[in-house]
Amino acid sequence: MSDTTQNTREWPLWEVFVRSSRGLSHVHAGSLHAPDATMALRNARDLYTRRNEGTSVWVVPSDAILSSDPDHKGGFFESAQGKSFRHATYYTKSEGVKHL
Amino acid sequence: MNAPQADHLKAVSDAALGEDEQAAQNYFDQLISEDSRVEPRDWMPEGYRKTLTRQVSQHAHSEIIGMQPEANWITRAPSLKRKAILMAKVQDEAGHGLYLYSAAETLGTPRDVLNQQLLDGKAKYSSIFNYPARTWADIGAIGWLVDGAAICNQVPLCRASYGPYGRAMVRICKEESFHQRQGWEILYELSHGTPEQKQMAQDAVNRFYGPALQMFGPPDEDSPNSKQSMAWNIKRFSNDELRQRFVDMMVPQAEALGLTLPDPDLKWNEERGHYDYGKLDWNEFKSVISGHGPCNVQRMQRRRAAHSEGAWVREAAAEYARKMEAHNAELIGA
Ligand SMILES: [Fe+2]
Ligand SMILES: [Fe+2]
Repeated sequence: MSDTTQNTREWPLWEVFVRSSRGLSHVHAGSLHAPDATMALRNARDLYTRRNEGTSVWVVPSDAILSSDPDHKGGFFESAQGKSFRHATYYTKSEGVKHL
Repeated sequence: MNAPQADHLKAVSDAALGEDEQAAQNYFDQLISEDSRVEPRDWMPEGYRKTLTRQVSQHAHSEIIGMQPEANWITRAPSLKRKAILMAKVQDEAGHGLYLYSAAETLGTPRDVLNQQLLDGKAKYSSIFNYPARTWADIGAIGWLVDGAAICNQVPLCRASYGPYGRAMVRICKEESFHQRQGWEILYELSHGTPEQKQMAQDAVNRFYGPALQMFGPPDEDSPNSKQSMAWNIKRFSNDELRQRFVDMMVPQAEALGLTLPDPDLKWNEERGHYDYGKLDWNEFKSVISGHGPCNVQRMQRRRAAHSEGAWVREAAAEYARKMEAHNAELIGA
């Protein structure tokens, strides 16, 4: 199968983000392989917006994305915990008072 | 650097879990028991990773091979409108394959390896695509019955515990309903046409109904892996449960077409609140899946030919990208 095994040096992986309509953020739609950014953008259009799902598309090389480590189980997000006073629901004395 | 998709996580064997792995296993078990989702960079048992890689890549291969019987009819579609519809459907199936390869890759096996498994005949795909589409009515039967069975199977997979798989399925399911309706409409027009056209529609349904029911896989008692998949929240309903659901939906849809389903044992069972249906030919299923269906050889030959005929395109695109990169580097250096 030498015929089919050559040329399999993989095209790089790109992450695709689509803005579904004006006023909304781009949201991760999926990924694809493409040889360069222009082709990645065209492939992204053909793959992820065949039914007017988008008004704008971003492609980002997958290896350019830095992500938090899931093995640190919440440690990374710890400082947000135990701070319920950051939410309006923490304040209850005003119950029944209108427009507050 | 940790890319969200391209990670190649080391799989940890279930045997002899160290303390860290035990904690990881506990966390995984907790995610599953809470019906939460497992994401690509989470620790997962090796069996879970393997099962999913196999299932998702086989699913992707099925979408890709599944383009063939329908693509054969694009040039022969009876009108420009039907041609445009069929092209859109076949293009969707290519898209489904790509969504699923993307999801499979997040489990750590690169795309070219998955593709090579298909080309080498080491990977399976749904046996339904080894049947030929003999007439235009078969295109109707494929859309109605084959895509219909696929939808029935895929809707619960939108809740699969593996995040990227579930998300790919949501996207796919949104697109599938057009596939089934256009197929049903092809049959409707034929069954309301001349007697010959109606007969052609009936013949197509007769050919595809049994194989479509087999798409749900072997009966529960012969499907030993289903239990584990259900325990992992990958599979939500058993093969027989899904098959029953499909039969119950198809009966009124066939009536609306004015066609019959080729099963003399098909009968409403008041007590069960379901239709009883006849035994399926599982010997045929086994023979087709192990390579002896009418089109297995042809499908693989076509796939390999398409891959090698497209080699120059891939080479040219890669070379162009390389040249542009070199050119840009030169400009920056100047
Ligand atoms: Fe599909
Ligand atoms: Fe489909």
